[in-house]
Amino acid sequence: MPTTESKLEKLLSEGRFVVTAEIGPPKHASAEGIRHHAELLKDYVDAVNITDNQTAVVRLSSIAAAVHCLQKGVEPIVQMTVRDRNRIALQSDLLGAYSLGVRNVLCLSGDHQSFGNHPTARNVFDIDSVQLIATVKMMRDEKKFLCGEEIKEHEPRFFIGAVANPFADPFEFRVLRLEKKINAGAQFIQTQCIFDLDRFDRWMAMVRERGLHQRAAILAGVTPLKSAGAARYMQTVPGMVVPDAIVERMKKAADAKAEGVEICVEQIRRLRSIEGVAGVHIMAVMWEEIVPTIVEKAGLRSC
Amino acid sequence: MIVAEGKPLEEVYQMIAGARKVLVVGCGGCVTVCLAGGEKETGILAAALRMKRQLAGEPLETVEVTLTRQCDPEYVDQLERFVTDDVDCILSLGCGVGVQFLAERYPKPVFPALNTKFAGGTVAHGQWEERCGLCGDCVLHRTGGICPVIRCAKSLMNGPCGGSQDGKCEVNKETPCAWQLIYDRLKLLGRLDQLLQVEPVKDWSKAKDGGPRKVLKEEVMLP
Repeated sequence: MPTTESKLEKLLSEGRFVVTAEIGPPKHASAEGIRHHAELLKDYVDAVNITDNQTAVVRLSSIAAAVHCLQKGVEPIVQMTVRDRNRIALQSDLLGAYSLGVRNVLCLSGDHQSFGNHPTARNVFDIDSVQLIATVKMMRDEKKFLCGEEIKEHEPRFFIGAVANPFADPFEFRVLRLEKKINAGAQFIQTQCIFDLDRFDRWMAMVRERGLHQRAAILAGVTPLKSAGAARYMQTVPGMVVPDAIVERMKKAADAKAEGVEICVEQIRRLRSIEGVAGVHIMAVMWEEIVPTIVEKAGLRSC
Repeated sequence: MIVAEGKPLEEVYQMIAGARKVLVVGCGGCVTVCLAGGEKETGILAAALRMKRQLAGEPLETVEVTLTRQCDPEYVDQLERFVTDDVDCILSLGCGVGVQFLAERYPKPVFPALNTKFAGGTVAHGQWEERCGLCGDCVLHRTGGICPVIRCAKSLMNGPCGGSQDGKCEVNKETPCAWQLIYDRLKLLGRLDQLLQVEPVKDWSKAKDGGPRKVLKEEVMLP
């Protein structure tokens, strides 16, 4: 039985293989692009992640962007990082987001500010992502703020998400950390983009061994590559593993973009067949337009 | 110990612009150990400033004194006979604490010659590393003796972020991932179960967020 008003939770509880995608808010104050992307994705995905100052670059607020999505009839998943806000601001934003109709929140640490456009910024990291998950759950289930004070009425009732990266180290600890997030209250998990399916397979085997796929919905992350250069770049991103075979395949392709889509579709088909994978999360960074094509080709069209 | 390093000479030179006589004060504590502000560095800095002034045609007189510690009033008092009327300013080679203690004690401009960096230790000859975040509420018994507050770039309390790879921190490939170290250490000790506990939110009021802190030891306080 769903615990919240989230459409995403409802679909997952019905056993539907869900599709989520990602919209990155712009580095300006116009909502036109978000609204355009929301419209484009509306009939192809079940919910859309709104990134929160991704890669520590200042962007339009994820909560504001989520409201633009809602107005276009797309269910948002608000990403919330602990990098930029302390526990007072986080809880305030949770109340605010809920009051505006947001029903899903994804709790993250956030990329370190040294990667963004304000590398000399002071970070916050008052609480960490696991503690944020526990906070959202506490506000919902215990009707309390983190300090223990009662939320007398209208507690925010979020469907709680978290992320997992099967490609970071220490590998053996990754499943324990996932378990920790689920113990803290995470109900759905979106993974880092998967290119190394063998390693993901091993990770999922460990997830199943501990029964974690039955306690939280695992959505496997995918990213369509645009070029061989993009694939090579991804090999250098901390916490990412892109096998050389994929880079080679992109290099040899006559039409790199079409090959990137093809690889992504193949990955989705394989991921779908893995026991315990409840859906896919498509992160087409700066290429949101391609998501409908991927969804159709992979036979995932959900609406 | 408190680890510090010298400010660029030019920056110090600009601070004392216009002064004819400068009292240059070293410290025999931490900054001597980390070779930043002891007697030797005090002499070198004073000589460098005099030479630079000489070249600029504005000779500088310096008086050099190295106190046992600049963070104790009894030693700071010993400076009194050197703080004469003709001293235009005091240049401290102590850590930030020393600079403030001198400034509180004497009605002269007091300038810092060092940048105070962190609480750390010597890991190799000529190499010091940060080890403590001075958070006021130690968690080392739960993290295998490795501090996540200061050694993790995000001060995470519940395990490594997604950027930890090959044992390195995503912020700098030269830096070990603190949580990899914690994991390895607790595995060695057979205490990995410790890591499954959800670590509660930290009480930062015991850190600098609670304002300047005090430690009282009543049994040694004078009536």
